[in-house]
Amino acid sequence: MRRKIKPCGFHCIKMKDIGVSFGGQVVLEHVNLHIHCGSLTALIGRNGAGKSTLIKAILGEISHSGTITFSDTENGRIRKMKVGYVPQSLNLEANTPMDVYDLITSFRYDVPVFWKSKKCYQEIKEALAEFEADYLIDQPVGSLSGGELQRVLLSMAVMDNPNLLLLDEPVSGIDKNGMDLFYEKMDYLRRNYDMSIILISHDLDYVAKYADNVVLLDKTILAEGNPKEVFESDAFGHVFGNATYEYGNNVGHVREPMKKEAPYEAGYKGRKERENE
Amino acid sequence: MSSYFTELFQYDFMRRAFLAVLIITPLLGILGTMIVHKKMAYFSDALGHSALTGIAIGVVCGISDTNLSMVLFAIVFAFLLNQINRKNLAATDTIISVFASCSTAIGLAILSRGGNFSKYSTILVGDILSITAREIGYLLAIFVVTIIFWCVAVNKLNAISIHASLAKSRNISVRLIEDIFAVIIALIVTLSIKWIGILLINALLILPAAASRNISDNMREYHLYAVIFSLFSGIVGLVVSYFTNVATGPMIVIIASVIYFATYFYGKRR
Repeated sequence: MRRKIKPCGFHCIKMKDIGVSFGGQVVLEHVNLHIHCGSLTALIGRNGAGKSTLIKAILGEISHSGTITFSDTENGRIRKMKVGYVPQSLNLEANTPMDVYDLITSFRYDVPVFWKSKKCYQEIKEALAEFEADYLIDQPVGSLSGGELQRVLLSMAVMDNPNLLLLDEPVSGIDKNGMDLFYEKMDYLRRNYDMSIILISHDLDYVAKYADNVVLLDKTILAEGNPKEVFESDAFGHVFGNATYEYGNNVGHVREPMKKEAPYEAGYKGRKERENE
Repeated sequence: MSSYFTELFQYDFMRRAFLAVLIITPLLGILGTMIVHKKMAYFSDALGHSALTGIAIGVVCGISDTNLSMVLFAIVFAFLLNQINRKNLAATDTIISVFASCSTAIGLAILSRGGNFSKYSTILVGDILSITAREIGYLLAIFVVTIIFWCVAVNKLNAISIHASLAKSRNISVRLIEDIFAVIIALIVTLSIKWIGILLINALLILPAAASRNISDNMREYHLYAVIFSLFSGIVGLVVSYFTNVATGPMIVIIASVIYFATYFYGKRR
């Protein structure tokens, strides 16, 4: 089994003044975000608010202004950020001759996909098992349900221990049971791996319950903080209307750093203050 | 029965044609898997048509070996088509069609000047019986190159076809792989066009893979059946064309089409 690393709270991903525009039209501007490892950040906002665009910018798929850095503040080194990405859907027809083994091998291994490797097969099976999907390994990808496909894609994304996991609207086509399972898995992942998660979400009930950081986006960040803060903000009321939500107690589970006044900036201070209250 | 085959192979041209079929058809079968997968049928078709322009350019420039101008033009054309594809325009197929028709027309116009197009008409239907030992050598070389490329890049090509952004996020150099793939398609299409013919080359690229797709559940079966179908149509097509005195290229494609329809109905019943 692979080593599981406890979240340490020392790494962070900083986005500074991210801006994106397409042909003169500004889609995103002045986005500043600090993401700490082991945190689950939910991106919310109306359709067309730039949520997917922000994900694409982090992936490096579209050009953006500003900088994104992954820093390891424990010993001051800057390491290369490994990003895991779980897409919304795949570009596949129902009769595509490809099973789950082929899918994961194509993205992850050098062994040609027409040559079945026992070693890869075993590794893939173990990774799938973690998401209760090992029974799917020989099934054609086109025959999987939305939830199954997503568990497969998640297993693949988690296989090489990314520092940051990006999920683009992952919950489409899944029933309530699947949703519960999914969010529990997210919770499990960020607690047990050295990984931050950024999740585009539409289901505010789940966001309230599971996210420990919520970013309300509309071209720029309108509100940011724990679910309660954001959901009770004026900006939130403008976008979604006011309703009551049940909050989980995920706020600030990230371990405090041992060092005294390390150069953490506003984002981290806010988190500490919240916890002291 | 065996006397038929001794008769078949007593001719040098038949032995050479047989060797050429053994090299070309598996190659086209393998390439076809990803062309079908990546929905590039239009692309390879357009490349085939560009061969005419390539030859015409060679004739106009007075190059003695029109193969060279044909291959070079096809590579340039492949890059151009890739560029169009990347623009993500809604009507990519229309634009590719426009380019293909345009280059075919230019090629035909130049080659038919003075009314001696009949000199080039074999290029339309192909003539595998005229292949020389040296040309088989070329085919063998491109065969080796393609197999090596395939072992290295098939996973990446597949990943790109599944989800380009996801592939990119995993440090797969999408552009480079796609460009090399396009060049290899251009090379193989132009080098085998003399034997199969412009009108039929795309059929041989697409049919075996499409037939294999009808009955395969995974990549191993997909590759295996595509190669088997392609090889089978090639060999049977050659033999049948010999005894029926029909051009070889069309006969190979007829066999491949029969296999396609058979697998289609078999696959539907499964």
